[in-house]
Amino acid sequence: MIERFPEGFHPFVIPFLAGMAFVLVVCLAKAAVVFFQLDAGSRRRYLVSLIIPNVIIKNVIDIILDCLLHVKLWKRNRMLGFMHSSIAFGWFMIILLGHIQVLLYFPNRLNTFYYPIFFDYFIEGGNDTLVSKLMDVFLYVILAGIALAIIKRFYSKLFGMKRTARPTLFNMIGLYSLWAIFPLRLLAELCARSGNTDPTLWWAYSIALCTFMCVLPFSRYLHIPAEMLLVTMRNAHIEVTRPGKGMAKVQTDSCPNCGVCIDACPMNADPANLKDSTVYYTRQLRRNNRERIDHIADKCMLCGKCTSVCQVGVDGPKLRILARATRKYNIGADFTTVENLPVLPDAQGKVLYFSGCMTQLTPLIGRSIESVLKKAQVEYEWLDRDGGLCCGRPLHTAGRLKEAQELIHRNEELILSSGATTLLVSCPICYREFKEKYVLPGVNVVHYADYFTQLIENGRLVLKEKSDICYVYHDPCELGRGCGMYETPRKLIAQTAGIAEAPANRAGSICCGGSLGSLSLDFTHREKITRASLENLYQSRADAIATACPLCLATFSRYSDRPVKDLAQIIDEQTKTNNIRQ
Amino acid sequence: MMDFGFKLSKSSTIDLTDVKTDRFEQLCKQEPGARVCIGCGSCSASCPAASLSGMSMRKVLLAMQRGQDVRPMLRNCMLCGKCTMVCPRGLNTRNIILNICRQYD
Repeated sequence: MIERFPEGFHPFVIPFLAGMAFVLVVCLAKAAVVFFQLDAGSRRRYLVSLIIPNVIIKNVIDIILDCLLHVKLWKRNRMLGFMHSSIAFGWFMIILLGHIQVLLYFPNRLNTFYYPIFFDYFIEGGNDTLVSKLMDVFLYVILAGIALAIIKRFYSKLFGMKRTARPTLFNMIGLYSLWAIFPLRLLAELCARSGNTDPTLWWAYSIALCTFMCVLPFSRYLHIPAEMLLVTMRNAHIEVTRPGKGMAKVQTDSCPNCGVCIDACPMNADPANLKDSTVYYTRQLRRNNRERIDHIADKCMLCGKCTSVCQVGVDGPKLRILARATRKYNIGADFTTVENLPVLPDAQGKVLYFSGCMTQLTPLIGRSIESVLKKAQVEYEWLDRDGGLCCGRPLHTAGRLKEAQELIHRNEELILSSGATTLLVSCPICYREFKEKYVLPGVNVVHYADYFTQLIENGRLVLKEKSDICYVYHDPCELGRGCGMYETPRKLIAQTAGIAEAPANRAGSICCGGSLGSLSLDFTHREKITRASLENLYQSRADAIATACPLCLATFSRYSDRPVKDLAQIIDEQTKTNNIRQ
Repeated sequence: MMDFGFKLSKSSTIDLTDVKTDRFEQLCKQEPGARVCIGCGSCSASCPAASLSGMSMRKVLLAMQRGQDVRPMLRNCMLCGKCTMVCPRGLNTRNIILNICRQYD
């Protein structure tokens, strides 16, 4: 193995070096801006996290699994997983092995930066080593990945994707230069190994690299460096707080435009909403296109399905709430002075039941809960039997954060002054807000599914014989993806009746279309979404639909061809009136 | 006045000579549904903020059409969405409320 040229330089390395310098400067500058946009506490937490050994190990493992091997994509679809990980991991290995090769055989050339990239041009007979052979293997793996990528452009269905995101101009330039890099490298290497030192192919290879790196900051490929920052920031528990700044900015830049969220979005049952998925939202955020940002942010139902399928972890709903919160409202709500509230019951040491606004429209749920509580001889008080304050979640999701906080404070005062030790909630919208935003020391906030399970386990609630009706359980967005409760309601149904599963269930559940999250979708535009969600449930061939949210119940009842029941109703029907303890 | 145990509501005069409907027109541009309200009052009947601030979606839309001030009523709206759920005409009342709140200055 010898060097072909004593000077070890050729002008074709200049485009590569220029591209590399450009991309490094831009990315470091962007990272610095993001860092200084964080508040002082987060900044300190982030820096500290970078020196804690446990977090370092977690960072490294997460970066390898998420950014290089794309484990989440593998779980979704093997072809999609192979395509992404072959390019990402293969490229990483080629870069790594290239440096090892130079380090082993020509350590004095390490300072040139370009030797590992153009090794075969500068070195004669360098392809006999094990490292070089390994690199060849990885290059062929990458080429297989690129072949798949080309096929995916035409037959995305083969990769489990019905729709993909439409690329922008910069994305196209980035894509084609990325596709060109590896075949050019292969050709150039083959040429050099046959003794031909014509630099034309090496020029082309270097220019392809340069083009890719120059468009990287302006295209979706910015996700490559951004995702690494995102992983480390997530492991340091940095929160999304300011619109377009700090963590929100990193999430936006980390979106790889893969388009998995397009198929996931329940709104896309209506093709009119195709351009309002999270992938297009992050794109508009990067362009700072105010009009489109407002349009998409207002339309979204905040069901969170895009986040549950996102391989990077872009929090679509949160980014939208932030955009909503930047709106100016000239009539501010004020709940500090609200006087004529319903009389507060004395619930010292008892269970306090909060039914929420929506349950007022589906009083059956409230009555069922009350009936079950009576059967189990639970001492309880109903906080908002005759109407009361809202939990604050609708104001919160509408982006009116200050007003929501005022409402939350009022409710906290009410609940704490009632003396109750358990707050029973039947509406998942309220439940999520109680869990995430309320500070209620000494009060156990519990959803009725959990509470009734406890009552059954304690023997205070006795079940009747199993009914022969088969239910399919629809996971409400706020209870499932919002609070992570998937199994408890299913177990309750399985104890009392038959249960079937719809193809899209649990974290993949399709929003009923009635969500309060959307501000601008009206009834006529929600119908298609509801029908698509029902179609999914019908596929289970169950006799009836069970859900655990008053809003889902009301929305499904409007269009469903089979009975829709709330979980509370089913439990009430299937429990004995006479308690054995009597 | 004799107490019969019930009252007639006070008659009010609608003065169309000096009505400014620009706010309502602006609202209709953003949320065209505002025009199709039939004033059935389902929204007002279900409103949890009604007892707090005299909020009534029906009155808000009427007042908007008559160019009257609606601010005191909207002060305690909690955006709970019950009015949207019960509207027989399918009005997106929440978006109407948000749009009105954005108009005043």
